Amino acid sequence: MHGVPLDLFLKQISGFLGTYYLLLALMNAVAAYLLWQGSSRQRELFRVPGADFPVTTAFIWLVVSLFFLLISPLAYSGDPQWMRLISLPLAVRAGINWLMDPTIYTVGTLLLLAFLFVFRRFFVKPWVAWSGLNLAMLLMGMSMTDPNFAAIVTKADNVPIVGLIFLLAFFTWLATYKAVLNDDRIKQGLEPLEKLDNEKVLVWPDLVYTELICMVAITALLLFWAIALQAPLEEPASSVKTPNPSKAPWYFLGLQEMLVYYDPWMAGVVLPSMIIAGLMAIPYIDFNKTGNGYYTIDQRKFAYVMFQIGFLVLWVTLIVMGTFLRGPNWNFFGPYEIWDAHKVEALNNVDLSEYFWVWFMQSSRPRAPEDASDLAKIGYAVRRELPGILLVIGYFTMLPPALIVMSKYFQTMFIKMGFVRYMVLTNLLLMMMLLPIKMLARWSPFHLKYFISMPEYMLNF
Amino acid sequence: MPSLGEIIRESQIWKSIFRHPAPVDRRNRIVVMLTNFFLHLHPVSIKKQGIALSFTWCMGGVTFFLFLVETVTGVLLMFYYRPTLEWAYNDILALRDVTSLGILRELHRWGAHAMVITVWLHMYRVFLTGSYKPPREFNWVVGVILLLLTLLLSFTGYLLPWDQLAIWAITVGSNMARATPFLGYEGPGNQLLTIDGIDMITNASDARFGLLGARFVGEETLNRFYVLHCVAIPLAASLLLAIHFWRVRKDGGISGPL
Repeated sequence: MHGVPLDLFLKQISGFLGTYYLLLALMNAVAAYLLWQGSSRQRELFRVPGADFPVTTAFIWLVVSLFFLLISPLAYSGDPQWMRLISLPLAVRAGINWLMDPTIYTVGTLLLLAFLFVFRRFFVKPWVAWSGLNLAMLLMGMSMTDPNFAAIVTKADNVPIVGLIFLLAFFTWLATYKAVLNDDRIKQGLEPLEKLDNEKVLVWPDLVYTELICMVAITALLLFWAIALQAPLEEPASSVKTPNPSKAPWYFLGLQEMLVYYDPWMAGVVLPSMIIAGLMAIPYIDFNKTGNGYYTIDQRKFAYVMFQIGFLVLWVTLIVMGTFLRGPNWNFFGPYEIWDAHKVEALNNVDLSEYFWVWFMQSSRPRAPEDASDLAKIGYAVRRELPGILLVIGYFTMLPPALIVMSKYFQTMFIKMGFVRYMVLTNLLLMMMLLPIKMLARWSPFHLKYFISMPEYMLNF
Repeated sequence: MPSLGEIIRESQIWKSIFRHPAPVDRRNRIVVMLTNFFLHLHPVSIKKQGIALSFTWCMGGVTFFLFLVETVTGVLLMFYYRPTLEWAYNDILALRDVTSLGILRELHRWGAHAMVITVWLHMYRVFLTGSYKPPREFNWVVGVILLLLTLLLSFTGYLLPWDQLAIWAITVGSNMARATPFLGYEGPGNQLLTIDGIDMITNASDARFGLLGARFVGEETLNRFYVLHCVAIPLAASLLLAIHFWRVRKDGGISGPL
């Protein structure tokens, strides 16, 4: 959509946006109706002076619905004057663009998720979650009038990721909601809710019909999707015309993002293999017998937090960044920023060995003489990179025992798991944590590039 | 006068297919699960919890259904599409612009994206309910392999339209293989594999070459990915799916200790 004048772009998007707000209005109206129907549980929030009806949550969602209903025609108008009212102010967009960089984005997402997690008891309340959904939808709608934002989000192959974000948000909320309920019950010495439903039912009709309805619903959804959105087809393949940016399919963009911090042999081969191996190892290293068959967080906090760090914080966050925020030359672009191929970012990253030998030892880095044998060359390279090699070996071998000594928690873990399982678990976790560590080292004032840098053997770490 | 429905249900043809009366009473609802090939995947009765949508999210079932959708639409697309440099792009172009039922391609592509997402959500649910815990450890492992196969299915299919999006995504994705330790010609340790000073790992013999069938994404790659996409991986996935479902039954349902 680049190159289209703004008023024309707004015209193009107006039909979609108007319908979008209509659907939001409908969504809230249905919620209000359902709440009003079950009004026995409704309590009055407050009373407006002069009005003789109680203000309930149903009433509030009705007001929200009316609000969306009112802004829907503004969107349908396609008129720049009206649509400015339902757009994020330019100053805000510029501010977000200016503020955003990989550091702010990743650390911000981590902090946000951590905040949601710590105060999950508040955030799982249906009205809070529903407000959050409404706000997210409104923010999304107000961003869609930005041509740069719309160009990325509506790119056909990116639409599934928008869906993924909302689906993940919904299911994470659902799981956390149930986990909080169960954790409260367990605290009171009651069984988790799932165990109450232990009664057996016949698969025909109960399950078979559910499956049928699911199949019909999915078929309908897929048909609608296929009709509404054309599958992408670009120019015919040309091995001489490299697009910029060149991106892998979206589900691999987390790996492509790791290329910023790791060499391809790590980001593309070793780490993906470790992810698969680590996933397979989960049932064998999680010795916790509780939390089998019901949602809970408190009973398996360690496993839960570690999984979420791997899944939501690293995997999904990096995919979203790689898809929406990485532009030409894999540079970072704010969500409302134009993808300018000439954006220049200074890259002056420094290897650990340079810090050690040049800055700390005040000498030059060891270098093999020209006529040295192959073996001697390896020796020199190892000597040069020794600080990094020791650091990495120490990280994987010294930290696990150190954790046992320092923390009672890991001590118990070690006793329960035994040596091999404990080492597998801690090494997998340390491997996972190495990515954020490498990110932080890169962003820190040291701009650390590699711990171990042996380009002559293509071994950079 | 018997109604038409009665006549049909009393006919020899009907009775040869369905050996028992319609599942309208308790006895026949049990019998149907035991005698119908497609239904015997299920147990006869099941814990109420195991079918609650808010618990299961139905994501495993949806994933399997999408696999079936992909199979059906995929077979139909195979009738039309020719995996050669000459025709691949043109066939897709024609599917988009002129062919009736060209929407099959949309269904196939969006179904593939949806399947990746539903696999993730399914695993997410299995993790959050601790359903990988004993006795289901092995089935989780099978599931992880199925996740890998799903991603590979999607990845190999990505190349087939043979447009810029396709070959560059596959180029970026497969470039990684050239850095495979020991086996990629830009990977660490490849120098170790030499015989009499001759490198065994070159750009015409390394892991990437094995994946692409050539030094770069070309006709050999298209053919290789086509076969992987349409035959090899679906077969492997079908086998593992069968094991996955069978193990759900043998391990005592989808969740909870035995």
